[in-house]
Amino acid sequence: MGNSMTDQTLTSETQTPPKDQSDKKPGIIRVEGMHKWYGDFHVLKDLNLTVDQGERIVICGPSGSGKSTFIRCINRLEEHQQGKIIVDDVELTDDVRQIDTVRREVGMVFQHFNLFPHLTVLENCCLSPIWVRKTPRKEAEASAMEYLERVKIPDQANKFPGQLSGGQQQRVAIARALCMKPKIMLFDEPTSALDPEMIKEVLDVMIELAGSGMTMMCVTHEMGFAKTVADRVIFMDGGEIVEQAPPHEFFTNPQEARTQKFLQQILAH
Amino acid sequence: MTESTMKAPKKALRPVKWMRENLFSGWFNTALTLAVAYLLVTSVGPLLNWFFLDANFVGSDASDCTGAGACWLFISQRLNFFIYGFYPDELQWRVDTMFLLLAVAFVPQFVERFPGRKWLGLFGIFGLPVVGYFLIPGGTFGLEEVQSSKWGGLMLTLILAYIGIIASLPIGILLALGRRSDMPIIRGICVVFIEVWRAVPLITVLFMASVMLPLFLPEGVNFEKLARALIGITLWQSAYMAEVIRGGLQAIPRGQYEAADALGLGYWRKMGLVILPQALKMVIPGIVNTFISLFKDTTLVLIIGLFDILGTVQSTVTDPAWQNVAIEGYVFVAFCFWVFCFGISRYSQNLERKLDTGHKT
Ligand SMILES: Nc1ncnc2c1ncn2[C@@H]1O[C@H](COP(=O)(O)OP(=O)(O)OP(=O)(O)O)[C@@H](O)[C@H]1O
Ligand SMILES: [Mg+2]
Repeated sequence: MGNSMTDQTLTSETQTPPKDQSDKKPGIIRVEGMHKWYGDFHVLKDLNLTVDQGERIVICGPSGSGKSTFIRCINRLEEHQQGKIIVDDVELTDDVRQIDTVRREVGMVFQHFNLFPHLTVLENCCLSPIWVRKTPRKEAEASAMEYLERVKIPDQANKFPGQLSGGQQQRVAIARALCMKPKIMLFDEPTSALDPEMIKEVLDVMIELAGSGMTMMCVTHEMGFAKTVADRVIFMDGGEIVEQAPPHEFFTNPQEARTQKFLQQILAH
Repeated sequence: MTESTMKAPKKALRPVKWMRENLFSGWFNTALTLAVAYLLVTSVGPLLNWFFLDANFVGSDASDCTGAGACWLFISQRLNFFIYGFYPDELQWRVDTMFLLLAVAFVPQFVERFPGRKWLGLFGIFGLPVVGYFLIPGGTFGLEEVQSSKWGGLMLTLILAYIGIIASLPIGILLALGRRSDMPIIRGICVVFIEVWRAVPLITVLFMASVMLPLFLPEGVNFEKLARALIGITLWQSAYMAEVIRGGLQAIPRGQYEAADALGLGYWRKMGLVILPQALKMVIPGIVNTFISLFKDTTLVLIIGLFDILGTVQSTVTDPAWQNVAIEGYVFVAFCFWVFCFGISRYSQNLERKLDTGHKT
């Protein structure tokens, strides 16, 4: 399984969404009736969502609406208490092996990069392929260099994260996640800790990645990105999915009052 | 920060200017400087005289100490006892071999580009105790047996400190991880262990190990006593180490744990590859502090009748054959401890500098 996936992701590095619709897997992420509480606080309420392979989802919503919590449930950084989350046919339960299986297939990019500061950029990228995928070091390094080239920073490979700018660090974080050759990429506000002039360089990388057919779920306030890249925009508020629609529809003709209010607020800026 | 293409200005190091700015800037500083200078001049002279100029270096027994200064003869005459205790003369090559191996393993650690430095260090940590385990007590491989009651002096101090240090680090790491574990039973055991051992003075631990335990166990040979002291010291030290390391673990931002989880590393690889390297690096000063204080605390084994370097010196200065040599003896002990502790401290500073990857999160 690992190998066929490897080949597929490697060869699909070229631009434009993949043409071959037949091996697209419907419902690679399935969330069914999912609830989550923090103590007594009901954060996520009855979420239902199906994401097909190759789909690009953008999640938006006001602060505190549970976007981060939701996306972090998908690789079990947070535990849900009710309902089902099934990722690539593996259900997330308390079983540690199942969790590890899912995490190998799901890459994640954080708001604050979370690179490992004691390792060089290259070592950051190779760590998991070597220790989890058991890729030989040479091979892992070669593949890491390819990804670093793809995010346009091969020349920084031997620096430490602390020596890079925020935008560069976030691109390294994306490369690090890609090095595991994941089937799904999760992004939690990848650009909101960055200065404006660095946002574009990270978004460019994400747009390129979207073009390669990667399944993506992205929490972001970058509405431009949502418009150009997303297949579906999901609006969350108060722990619920309030509305979901293709971007054109979502932005021009929102159905729910809460969505309209939210859009007015962010477009006013 | 302002942008500038100029070089950072160099600090002027001209002595006259420096003195005027630092020593004679105002009447109060000038008075202080003069007072300190006076004290130095009046005390350095006599100290020099006592230590070197009037000191006695040659001769064979106490009657040769005729000068007014220190009687270093005492040290050189009894050096063998201070280093080996009662270890038989003809077998001391075994101890010398260990000293040599110790030096070979650790002195290169101070030389930045010494070839194979890492391997020597690893040998020092893992190989040396094994070699010592067979070489020092003997009894195997045709080596004559030397009971541990005959061990003493610097050699015993080093054995106690060395084993205490290298065994307490891994145990301390496991305890610290256990204390932060999600599993209530493991966490409970670690908390109880740490809190019990840490709350007891080392001297009590040693007493318990040597006096109380035999009441419950059938008394074996004397080797048991040293082994028991070692176990006591190690467990006691581990509890301290665990708390130092826990401090480091807590200082690692949650994002590091999450990033490691998200990469599917699993618990042990997450800890071993991501969290511990950063946490340990962060608490190097604390770890070294504990090492150094353990090194000095080993002198407490005197209380259970083991003769470490302090014990051998102390028993000799009360020897009627030597009179008034207590100061020389204790200066010697202090010097030995200082050499080793300073070495540990310097090495840790090297290490910190080398591991600094220029990030401050
Ligand atoms: N560990 C926690 N314990 C208790 N409550 C939490 C915890 N983490 C988040 N919350 C609460 O859950 C709610 C949802 O938080 P979440 O971080 O998912 O929001 P968000 O939509 O990502 O917001 P933002 O846009 O500000 O990142 C918030 O009200 C927050 O206060
Ligand atoms: Mg958030």
